[in-house]
Amino acid sequence: MADEQKPEGSAAPPPAGGEAGIPAATPVAAAPKPVAPKPPAAAHAAPPKPPAVMVTTPWDSDITQVLKERFGGDITEFSIYLGQSFMVAKPDAVIPILETLKLELDFDYLVDVTAVDYPKRAERFDMVYILYSFARNERIRVKTMIPDGYSPATAVTVHLAANWLEREVFDMFGIQFAGHPDMRRILLPEEWQGYPLRKEYSILQQDDSWVRENLGIESGQ
Amino acid sequence: MPEATFLDATELVINMGPQHPSTHGVLRVILKLDGEKVNGTECVIGYLHRGVEKIGENRTYQQFAPYVDRMDYVAAVSNGLGYCLAVEKLLNVEAPPRAQAVRVILTELNRIASHLLWLGTHALDIGAITPVFYCLREREEVLKIFENYCGARLTTHAFRIGGLQYETYEGFEEEVKKFCDWFIPKVDEYEELLTNNRIWVGRLKGVGILSADECKEYGVTGPVLRAAGVAWDLRKAQPYSGYDQYEFEIPTAENGDTYDRYTVRMEEMRQSTRILRQAVDRIPSGPIMGKVPKVVKPPVGEAYVSIEAPKGELGYFIVSDNSTQPYRLRVRPPSFVNLQALDRMVRGGLVADVVAIIGTLDIVLGEVDR
Repeated sequence: MADEQKPEGSAAPPPAGGEAGIPAATPVAAAPKPVAPKPPAAAHAAPPKPPAVMVTTPWDSDITQVLKERFGGDITEFSIYLGQSFMVAKPDAVIPILETLKLELDFDYLVDVTAVDYPKRAERFDMVYILYSFARNERIRVKTMIPDGYSPATAVTVHLAANWLEREVFDMFGIQFAGHPDMRRILLPEEWQGYPLRKEYSILQQDDSWVRENLGIESGQ
Repeated sequence: MPEATFLDATELVINMGPQHPSTHGVLRVILKLDGEKVNGTECVIGYLHRGVEKIGENRTYQQFAPYVDRMDYVAAVSNGLGYCLAVEKLLNVEAPPRAQAVRVILTELNRIASHLLWLGTHALDIGAITPVFYCLREREEVLKIFENYCGARLTTHAFRIGGLQYETYEGFEEEVKKFCDWFIPKVDEYEELLTNNRIWVGRLKGVGILSADECKEYGVTGPVLRAAGVAWDLRKAQPYSGYDQYEFEIPTAENGDTYDRYTVRMEEMRQSTRILRQAVDRIPSGPIMGKVPKVVKPPVGEAYVSIEAPKGELGYFIVSDNSTQPYRLRVRPPSFVNLQALDRMVRGGLVADVVAIIGTLDIVLGEVDR
C-alpha cells in the first residue's frame, strides 16, 4: 500500500502522460493515474501535489450581509468548502453571533459543538459550532480559534443543546466553558487525568492509577 | 417560599441502573423523588465509552469503517452509510447508482430492524410481553437478508468508501419483496395488540410530552421531533443516496407524547417498506464501486455530513490533513443528544413513567458513550 495514487482534486491539471485507466464516474476531474508502481512521490513532477490549505470559495448571501453589518471585523472569514458554508469569528463574538443567527436568521437548531486540536498553533484549538435552520433548510458552521487555557463563553445561554456537547468537549479537550451550568466530565470518570482527544495523548495511554484504584487491575495495555 | 429544612424528609434519591433491564444498556439515572413524583434526574453515562473518535484518528479511512458499526449496534448499516458518505464527500466522489440503490435497500431494512427492536423492548418495559417475541421473529428475517448479503447479521460493515464490496446475491430482490409482502400484515398485527389496548394507551398518552420548540431547543431529532409535529426528515430535507427518487411520506403526530412517538415509528416502518418496494424494482445495473484510489487521502479540508438514522440525525464531521488517517473525526450521535432531553421529559411525572420515556427515546448506549 506504500505507493501513492494521489486522489487529486480540482486544483491541479492532470500531468501529461496520465493514462486513462482510472477516470470516470467521479464528478470532478478524476485522478490522473501515474504510470504503474512508482517510487515515492518526490520522484515525479510537482503538479499533483495537493494544496496544503483548504481551497475555499467566498460565501456571500443574505446571512453574511446581516452578520457583516452587525459584527464587522469580528468575523474574519466567510467561506464555502465542498458546498458547505462556514465562518471564522473571533472567540468573544461567537455567542452574540449564535444569538443573532438564532433570533434573526432562524438558525434555531444547534446540531453539534466540537473542537479540533492543533498543538503547534499558537491558538491551539478550533471550536466548531454546527447550526441548522429548519426554515431555510440550510446548515452552516461557526468556527473560532482559541489558545490553550482560554475559557470560551458557554452556548447554553442560547441553545440548551450545548450543555452536554460542551461537557464532552471539556471532557475530551480540557476546554472550560465560562458560565456553563454544570462543567464536569461526562463520558470519563470525574477523577480521570488527561484529555484524550488532545494530540499528545497517545492511543495507548490511559490513567493507569485510576484504573488500578477503581478497577483493581493493572493497565490492560 | 419557606426556608428549606436541614433534611427534606419527603425527598428520596434513588439510583436506577447502570444494571437495570429497562435502561436498555448501561445507563445510570439518578432520580430525585417526592413520593411517586419525579423532581429531577441526572444521567450518568460513559460506561461504554471506547474512545471511538480517538481510534478514528489512529486508523486509516478504510480501517475505521468497521468501528462505526459498533456505535449504534442495532442500526449498524446506517452508521456505515453516514461514514462512507462523509468520506466520499471529502474525496468529492459519489457511489455509482447501483450501489446507491442497494445502500438504500439495506439501510431501510435496518431502519425496520431497529424500530422492531425498539417496539419489542419498549412494549416489554410497559408490561406487554407478547410483542417482543413477534418483533424479534420479524427482525430475524431482516438479519437473514444481511447475513446472506455480507455474512454478518449485526455489525455488518456492508458498505465501502465509494460503493459496495459485494454484489447482491442471487434472489436478493425477490427476498426483499417477499419480506415486504409478509411484513406489512405483521405491523397490523402489532397495532391490533397495542394501538387501542387500554393499558397501552393509558400508560403512553400524555406521558413525556416534548413540544416542537423544546425539541429544537434540545437538538432532538428523528421520530421524537416528528411526533411533535415537525415534518422534518433528512431523507427529504437534504436527500442523499438518491432518496429523492423514492416516494414516501414523513409520518408526523401532534402531541409529542409517548403514544405519538409510537404511532410515528409504526408508520415509519410502513413507509420504509414502500421505499423498499420501489428500490428493488429499479436497481440500476452497472458497477458497484466508484473510482476511489486504493489509498484514501482526501485533500486538506473538512466536511460535515449527516443522514437520517433510525434514531435521528447522525452526523460525521471529518477534518482531513491529506494523510491516510483523519486528522479529527467527530461523530454527532442522535442518541446522545436526544438523551439530554430525558430530564425535561420526566420532570414532574411519575416514577413509573421514567421507564416508558427511556424506552420511547430509543437510545442505544453504544452510541451515547461511543
